Amino acid sequence: MIHIEKLSKSFGSLEVLKDIDLHISKGEVVVFIGPSGGGKSTFLRCMNYLETPTAGKVIVDGCELSDREEVLNKARINIGMVFQRFNLFPHLTVLENITLGPIKLLKMEKGAAAAKAMELLDRVGLADKRDAYPRQLSGGQQQRVAIARSLAMNPKVMLFDEPTSALDPEMVGEVLDVMKGLAADGMTMVIVTHQMKFAREVADRVLFIAEKKIYEEGTPEQIFDNPQKPRTRDFLSKIM
Amino acid sequence: MDFDFDLVMRALPLLVAGAGITVKITVMSVALGIIIGLIAGVARVSRVKPLQMITACYVNFFRGTPLLVQIFIIYFLLPLITGHRMDPLVVAITACGINSGAYIAEIFRAGIQSIDAGQMEAGRSLGFSWLETMRYIIVPQAFKRVVPPLGNEFIALLKDSSLVSVIGFEELTRRGQLIIARTYASFEIWTCVALIYLAMTMLISQLVAYLERRYSLDDTH
Repeated sequence: MIHIEKLSKSFGSLEVLKDIDLHISKGEVVVFIGPSGGGKSTFLRCMNYLETPTAGKVIVDGCELSDREEVLNKARINIGMVFQRFNLFPHLTVLENITLGPIKLLKMEKGAAAAKAMELLDRVGLADKRDAYPRQLSGGQQQRVAIARSLAMNPKVMLFDEPTSALDPEMVGEVLDVMKGLAADGMTMVIVTHQMKFAREVADRVLFIAEKKIYEEGTPEQIFDNPQKPRTRDFLSKIM
Repeated sequence: MDFDFDLVMRALPLLVAGAGITVKITVMSVALGIIIGLIAGVARVSRVKPLQMITACYVNFFRGTPLLVQIFIIYFLLPLITGHRMDPLVVAITACGINSGAYIAEIFRAGIQSIDAGQMEAGRSLGFSWLETMRYIIVPQAFKRVVPPLGNEFIALLKDSSLVSVIGFEELTRRGQLIIARTYASFEIWTCVALIYLAMTMLISQLVAYLERRYSLDDTH
């Protein structure tokens, strides 16, 4: 589903990622962990070209991403993205936030798009908020709407960039529950998170990103219970 | 000093009709200015270098030279381009519209840049192009934020439109001049003209304040 070859990314003279290869299969849930500033988010953002890699290939669902606008706009429809700070559209209601993409990009009819949106809102437990504006919702609710907004485009892959980092602790659970549901339904997911318990529960594979590369990878059990390399051990001992 | 009220009362209908024309050219010029300003403002924040440069030149020229001079240039230039004499109304609206477009471009640029960068990222990651994201997501939000400066621009232009009197266009100021030429009642008429301008600008201020309140109700920012 996602195939990455020799990916490098620099910001000016600062090299963040170097020669990374990665293959993610359909239905796989991959979690990135690692120290802050280690490049996890940058790596994730290269997967839909919100950051343009300095070198290397990113192929998602058979489509190689490139700088060309038409290619990118098409490919991104298949790649859902959920941000740390939700980024809902404040001038639109919850329902309009979710239907904007399907109506304008997928050319769905308004009625059909609204019906689909209600289905998704129901799934994230917010059907009663359809006419609310984002500012009237809590952080956790906003993030669940943001997930519904992404899902409305029928993406093949979902990218999550620290989806619970901006939330009050009591709201983290509701967002993680929605994500667990998605994983159980077979969605291909790539998640950057600091929620280790969640990572252990939901991940098929955990990647420890440090030193500009995939420093260590394995099943949650391998990484969390028996890390092999010094930096992984050091990181886990500090946060567990 | 005598203040000739009778004369003022007789001149008033003529002046009010002139004020109507002032409002007309102001509204049409601001409408033209908003269209030009929106396009130029979006072009200025685009990543297309030639577009940025062209709009920067446009903004610099029309902000950096007097409107009075621009009116004269357009007054003499338009007939050369089109080949026949121009209606002063067209000259007035063209000059004022292009001039205010330069200021409005800067207003929109600032408004667009004040929108959180995450909005563009969210739009792009859904699959919208840069321009579509501008259209559906960024500009609608920016519009609400630029209501107060647009109101100021409207007021400024209402006053500056008095400059088109130099090409003989009969708006409020020109009407005043013509009446004075007949009656020599400079003080009465200029006072009257000033008060009419003041009434109009105060009305617009109220309208802008109302719009601002209304928009602030259904927006976070």
